[in-house]
Amino acid sequence: MPTLSSYLILAALLFSIGVIGIFLNRKNVIILLMAIELMLLAVNINLVAFSYYLGNLAGQIFVFFILTVAAAEAAIGLAILVVYFRNRHSINVDDIDELRG
Amino acid sequence: MLNITSILFYAFSIVLLGAATMVVIARNPVYATLYLVLAFFSAAAIFLLLGAEFLGLILILVYVGAVMVLFLFVVMMLDINLARLKEGFLSYLPLGLAIAALGVLELAMVYWTAPMGHIPAPAPFPGNYDNTRALGYVLYTQYLYPFEIAAAILLVAIIAAIALTLRRRSGTKSQRTEEQLRVQAKDRVHLVDLRANKH
Repeated sequence: MPTLSSYLILAALLFSIGVIGIFLNRKNVIILLMAIELMLLAVNINLVAFSYYLGNLAGQIFVFFILTVAAAEAAIGLAILVVYFRNRHSINVDDIDELRG
Repeated sequence: MLNITSILFYAFSIVLLGAATMVVIARNPVYATLYLVLAFFSAAAIFLLLGAEFLGLILILVYVGAVMVLFLFVVMMLDINLARLKEGFLSYLPLGLAIAALGVLELAMVYWTAPMGHIPAPAPFPGNYDNTRALGYVLYTQYLYPFEIAAAILLVAIIAAIALTLRRRSGTKSQRTEEQLRVQAKDRVHLVDLRANKH
């Protein structure tokens, strides 16, 4: 039987894949957003696993809110991406230096 | 001792981790998006194994049905130069692997030393248990205000996304509602006194 640790280790591995994705695709904003989605998914698996093993529904409520905020974040992130591409014809992170930060 | 839950858990975990790996190493963003869809399906199956039916179905309906389609639209709409984006793809791989391995190691140490790994599996749900109903009872009583705030966040996101991507190009023909509403009869009908002219 998978125990709580199995689910937590699965989530940890998924989260690390997301971290590796951010390092590998540091120039492509779309894949960066997808890597963030993967990391949020790992957090959600953690919360659902704890909710199941502790018999408390609060974890699932939190997943519900994380999904809401993640959807909003993806929509606004992609909107910014589209506007940026319209102005610069590129989505390379290296080109995003308008503010000279 | 392998039972059906273990087999399903390991099968879906392997698919999930494989799909996630393909998301981050795929050459083409379209493939990456499709692998992310596969990853979300496997995660929904794992949610179902954990008794979170409502969230599993929401993950498929909202994430695969809406967010991933949004990603696909954007990926296919943008004409991006993939060769430039892939420059130096592997140069940060050692650093990324090191940090990820460190993270997994730390988390694994916490899991093995903390007593939470030995929490026994809860008793199976009674036959009339309804995850959606139970979630609704908690969501609409104890978490009513956070729920309303979540709705407001979604509204703000809609307005922000539309306001960001809306653009007014010159030379396009569009309806100007405020001028149409403001118009009076005397602006439109012009009475001209024409005298009959005899030649």
